[in-house]
Amino acid sequence: MERPLTQHISHETTPLNLKDYQKVGGYAGTRKVLKEMTPMEVTNLVKTSNLLGRGGAGFPTGVKWSLVSMDTEKSYPKYLVCNADEMEPGTFKDRYLLEGNPHQLIEGMIIAAYAIQAQTAYIFLRWAYKKAETELRKAITEAYDAGLLGKNILGTGYNLELKVHSSAGRYICGEETALLNSLEGKRAIPRTKPPFPAISGLFGKPTVVNNVETLAWLSHIVMNGSDWFKGLSLTATGGTKLYGVSGKVKNPGLWELPLGTTFRELIEDHAGGMLDGYGFRGLLPGGASTDFLIEEHLDIQMDFSTVAAAGSRMGTGTLIILDDKTCPVAFLHNIERFFALESCGFCTPCREGLPWVEKVLATIESGNGRMEHLDILKFQTRYLAPGNTFCAHAPGAAEPLQSGLKYFYDDFVSHINLKRCPWKS
Amino acid sequence: MLSEEEKKEIQEEINHYPYPSAACIDALKIVQHYKGWVSDESVKDIAQFLNMSNEDVDGVATFYSRIYRKPVGRNVILLCDGITCMIMGYESIYEFISKKLGIRFGETTPDNRYTLLPISCLGDCDHAPAIMINNDSFNRVSIEIVEELLENYK
Amino acid sequence: MSLEIMIKIKIDGTYYEVEPNKNLLDTCLTLGLDIPHFCFHAALGSVGACRLCAVKKFKDETDKKGRIVMSCMEPVVDNLIISIDDIDAKAFRAAVIEGLMTNHPHDCPVCDEGGECHLQDMTVMTGHNYRRFDFKKRTYQNQNLGPFIQHEMNRCIQCYRCVRFYRDYAGGKDLNAFASRNNIYFGRVEDGTLENEFSGNLVEVCPTGVFTDKTLMKHYTRKWDLSNAPSVCVHCSVGCNTIASERYDSLRRIMSRYNGEVNGYFLCDRGRFGYEFVNDEKRIREPQIRSNKNEKKENVDDEHLFSVLSNSFSTNRKVIGIGSPRASLESNYALQVLVGKDNFNKGISTKEQQLTNTILEFLKQSGIKTPSLKQIEKADAILILGEDLVNTAPMMALAVREATRNLGKEMAEKRGIPSWNADPVIKITQDSKSPVFIATPFKDSLDELAKDTFRSSFTNIAELGFAVASVLDSEAPSVKLKNIEHQALAEKIASTLRKAKNPLIISGVHSGDENVIKAACNIATALKSIENKGLLSIVLPECNSMGLAFLPGNPLDILFGGKDKIDTLVILENDLFRRASEESILQLFDRCDQIIVLDQLPNKTTLRADIVIPAATFAESEGTLVNNEGRAQRYYKTIVNKDQVKESWRWLTEFILIKKGTQTVQWKKFDDIVNSLLVDFPDLEALKNYFSDADFRMVNEKIPRQPIRYSGRTSINAKNAVSEIGIEPDIDSPLAFTMEGSKENAPASLVPFYWSPGWNSVQAVNKYLDEPNGKMKGGDSGIRLIEPKENTPVTYFQKNNQSKELQPGEWLIVPVYQIFGSDELSSSASTLAQRIPAPFVYLNLKDAIDLKVNNTDQIQLEIANTKLELVVIIENSIGQGMAGVSVNLPGMLYLDLPGTGKFHK
Ligand SMILES: Cc1cc2nc3c(=O)[nH]c(=O)nc-3n(C[C@H](O)[C@H](O)[C@H](O)COP(=O)(O)O)c2cc1C
Ligand code: SF4
Ligand code: FES
Repeated sequence: MERPLTQHISHETTPLNLKDYQKVGGYAGTRKVLKEMTPMEVTNLVKTSNLLGRGGAGFPTGVKWSLVSMDTEKSYPKYLVCNADEMEPGTFKDRYLLEGNPHQLIEGMIIAAYAIQAQTAYIFLRWAYKKAETELRKAITEAYDAGLLGKNILGTGYNLELKVHSSAGRYICGEETALLNSLEGKRAIPRTKPPFPAISGLFGKPTVVNNVETLAWLSHIVMNGSDWFKGLSLTATGGTKLYGVSGKVKNPGLWELPLGTTFRELIEDHAGGMLDGYGFRGLLPGGASTDFLIEEHLDIQMDFSTVAAAGSRMGTGTLIILDDKTCPVAFLHNIERFFALESCGFCTPCREGLPWVEKVLATIESGNGRMEHLDILKFQTRYLAPGNTFCAHAPGAAEPLQSGLKYFYDDFVSHINLKRCPWKS
Repeated sequence: MLSEEEKKEIQEEINHYPYPSAACIDALKIVQHYKGWVSDESVKDIAQFLNMSNEDVDGVATFYSRIYRKPVGRNVILLCDGITCMIMGYESIYEFISKKLGIRFGETTPDNRYTLLPISCLGDCDHAPAIMINNDSFNRVSIEIVEELLENYK
Repeated sequence: MSLEIMIKIKIDGTYYEVEPNKNLLDTCLTLGLDIPHFCFHAALGSVGACRLCAVKKFKDETDKKGRIVMSCMEPVVDNLIISIDDIDAKAFRAAVIEGLMTNHPHDCPVCDEGGECHLQDMTVMTGHNYRRFDFKKRTYQNQNLGPFIQHEMNRCIQCYRCVRFYRDYAGGKDLNAFASRNNIYFGRVEDGTLENEFSGNLVEVCPTGVFTDKTLMKHYTRKWDLSNAPSVCVHCSVGCNTIASERYDSLRRIMSRYNGEVNGYFLCDRGRFGYEFVNDEKRIREPQIRSNKNEKKENVDDEHLFSVLSNSFSTNRKVIGIGSPRASLESNYALQVLVGKDNFNKGISTKEQQLTNTILEFLKQSGIKTPSLKQIEKADAILILGEDLVNTAPMMALAVREATRNLGKEMAEKRGIPSWNADPVIKITQDSKSPVFIATPFKDSLDELAKDTFRSSFTNIAELGFAVASVLDSEAPSVKLKNIEHQALAEKIASTLRKAKNPLIISGVHSGDENVIKAACNIATALKSIENKGLLSIVLPECNSMGLAFLPGNPLDILFGGKDKIDTLVILENDLFRRASEESILQLFDRCDQIIVLDQLPNKTTLRADIVIPAATFAESEGTLVNNEGRAQRYYKTIVNKDQVKESWRWLTEFILIKKGTQTVQWKKFDDIVNSLLVDFPDLEALKNYFSDADFRMVNEKIPRQPIRYSGRTSINAKNAVSEIGIEPDIDSPLAFTMEGSKENAPASLVPFYWSPGWNSVQAVNKYLDEPNGKMKGGDSGIRLIEPKENTPVTYFQKNNQSKELQPGEWLIVPVYQIFGSDELSSSASTLAQRIPAPFVYLNLKDAIDLKVNNTDQIQLEIANTKLELVVIIENSIGQGMAGVSVNLPGMLYLDLPGTGKFHK
């Protein structure tokens, strides 16, 4: 089984330096793109590969790029931004790529920047990823020294400056337009769309924001072609995916597997099944902002469309397992407290609704809940629906809550009836 | 007053952006790196340096959770209270630290040695529970490990 | 707009023809449909923060489900199908209010906004009635934001309007949103006065009681207990429209009265908070007389007064009248009739009169248009020559700010972003602003927007202006600047103005330099002659400077230095000591046997008068003012005169009767004098049919000054009598002093307050407009008296070479005007007075070092035989060898500036 993204990464060793990275074929893609391909050809290649963004929304990467005007007169400067903010609870995939193979990301960024003809690129890095920051900075310096970044890259006349911006905290910075505001040195409030960043992004200029995992693919697609990429997955989407499992399983971890691997295979074969003495109750398929799935969904293939069809979202592809010794109400309370605290505060439903949800959940968990509180929760999940709020933060928060209410309703009721949490003695 | 190093580093950041105020967050982090936190005075210094109003800078400073607008202890303990760490038992670690140091989340020990803060999801979920002390990350921590760790931070 | 093709949309089953290019909320409000909203403000655009304006949008006729969209963020396109009444949309809107109410303190009974609160209105409108949130509320600490604005953050609903107005619209820096999530705070970094000159608009912009009028707190009254009148601001020449509100004979507050051509929704802080002089306890309320120069004046009754006056105006006496640019056309006219044309003096300096006349003649003859503020907002290239707008015509500065955003809006439109979509427009604009060039002697609040600033003396500023005209048109007087950079700047300005679609030149009389004005006129002439475009706006000193220019009369200086005796000198609302040296005025007064002064507040002139007559303020009278644009506007009284206070024109009418006998004039009511005025001055003919006379009725009824009462006013006297004491009928205007009368919306110039069913807050104003941020229904108030003539010959002004060499030790002194302090009446407003600086001088740091002074040190300036103490302010924008001296601040002596002077430590 091919593991293009992680073949050179392991938790135990340090990442490849430039020399070693080049030995295993690194920067060949960069050479090929810069010397042999036009920007349009790169974009078309990525389009035909059907690479879907790995940041959570699964938007086709090539299509996103093609929204950027290539009219050189009008649209300069342009920017490429790598979204390495990764703050979704339960998610730890980008970190692995950042710490494990920074050159792979840098190469992907050169290719992407070339495709949209951006001359400046930023990596918006989560503050807490200190090791990743060190490795990235080291790799960037190497790349500059080798003429892979900076002016006149590889003698092709193409220029690209790459800077790491380490953030100052806040989940909302991962939302791509809030991220742009943050990069501009402002409060990370999301922006309205349209206009999309491709029209008016960083500093008001055309910008593409891509996730780490998305960008990491590019050198491989360039070298191996779109058919190869499509052939990697079990579904029609193409490529592998970094899947992760955390919670009470025997072997929590992260694996690069073909897109379309089933939940069951992931949990049982790779994560080793539930820890002894723990039963499976449900899972969040792609971070805290996705809907619960339960036992009956375990044989579903994990891909954007299939998970959506089951009523959830693939999101980041990193599973959080709810076991039978963890109180679902406490579980949800933890998540909703997170979302309430991380609201940017710009729009009313999110700013006022999430703290209310959090307070209600805390009340129910503490044994002081009333049945009316359940009505409020149900009402809030409707009120926080997509389109009702300014960005996807609050609807994301509503997803585990609405499905939690659906699948674990009895647990809520028993808290109220018993006037205590049944999981606490 | 901004020190010469601080000014130099901020200036270096400014060079990466089209205009100085874009380096606001970097400037706050640089000052915090040297001073431990961002005081009212620092807000004003940064504002002046970046040609922004005090309100511009503080609007930004107060938005981000990793900018400290209140003094913190010499060592900042960030305990992950994210969902996986909850499943994996961060609460007992919290109770332990809290009892041992006599502080709750958001508080600083009287000797100014530690400040204890929650942080959500450190991206170490496969090795939960996770904790960060200053810039150092630790995972799969237990009460015993934490007890030992704390000793290393004077 | 009207040239656009209309499109068809369907709202709740009804088809409407509407303009494209607007957002849906704006469109619905234009159609008169109510959609609750908070964060949208027509002048600020949409941001989609509050989510209250939700409606249902359907894909097509077959779509029955639809989806919720925010109407303020929804472009209006052909065949759009939406529902406002949709049950989901309604429930969602109520939920938004419920969410906002979780933390709102419900303190309406003690909230100054109560009764005119947009939040109250929206709560009722959405139908959210009962509280389900059973947790603790979040609370905040409030800040002391200075003398004008009261802060109560707990009431905040986080709509972001305040910061969007204050920062994005008015350019303020010291207010921001802090923190995040449900802990957002709107305020300053620390307690302190909000510095922006337009801070008072927060009172109206904030939909709830976070920012309220601190001056109103001193004599708080609920909206429903106020009696109101349409009024016009008397504190500068821009003539913003205001609503003046009264209770129990005192003026309680000033709010903005919408005028689409002038001030739109807003007002400056001088205009809003300058009103308190009306209530000042020092007000002259009774006639005062001294029978002999050595005596103190005593209050007298009318009978006594008239017996004395009968001598004053006896036929053998030489009577001279001095009018005033801060008195109404009617009062000035009445004075002129009293003393005769030859004996009428305008009460302004020769220089001011010449400058003003030059402007008026130029505007009448040149064919060049002087723009309204609205038209200034549309300019795409602006040159400001010698005026510090924010201090001399504050709202014009705000209009210039708006104009600088035109380039950004254009850039956005090109990328398909409509100009109402506020945030993306700001983002895409970044630093690209429509070009503004500012040539003033020292820093200017608009500098941050300027493409280039030019800092020099007025002589050089004029020179620059002449050079610009000369670059534009070779027919203009040929001026080439010696300094290559300056010449390059002149060429850059010229080419920018030439390229612009809508170039505008702004100048004014505050430079005191005729060459500056002439240069401005020449540039406008050059633009017109070569490109047939260009507007010229000239700032004048006072609220009726332009009106006074329409009347013939001598300048004040003509009275100085003479020998002839004057028997009676009548001075109308004019403190002469602000306009000429003490020496010359005292010499004039010495030649007068008797001095009669009509004024509102004591000043140096009333102090020396033998007879002081209590004149009504704008709040107690009717009057017509002509603003710098040449727009005649009328104010109406809101306070019924008590004591012996009367309109100046009424007093003067009585004097005329004494002097000339009962046959001469028959001015019983305001309309009578207006009619006479129009007969005597055909130039003012445009006024004739414009203003409604007192007989005007809205379907047989007068226009009530008071809103329908929901409590209060009557009940306070209920223990004595349920009925109110009879109120004088108003013979001077179509307004009534009660709440009885027409419930229809009055014509724009007669609207005393805004109210519409369901809309008790100031947001009701939109119900009076043809569209939000548009015109008042039936047209904005005011009538332009000067319109450009067609086919005018091109004539240029020649420069007047007046440059004087500085002697050693001499400094060039230029005037520094202050929004708070340089205007006479508002300086007597007790709250505003707290913002007035002590008399000061701007010195360049190098000069200060030479003079051995530091910031805040005292220094003595000697200028034309007067000496005055000034506080040093180091201001590096002023050139070396020049000093900027504050003018007309309380306690300061008159200075003829620009001029030369010497400093002594
Ligand atoms: C609240 C919120 C948080 C997000 N956080 C992240 C994040 O941490 N990392 C990320 O790559 N995308 C995040 N996204 C998604 C981004 O907005 C964006 O879709 C993504 O970066 C695009 O990259 P892709 O096209 O390569 O997937 C977040 C979205 C939302 C609404
Ligand atoms: S203070 Fe007023 S204007 Fe500002 S956000 Fe709050 S409610 Fe809105
Ligand atoms: S008015 Fe539309 S979201 Fe506030």
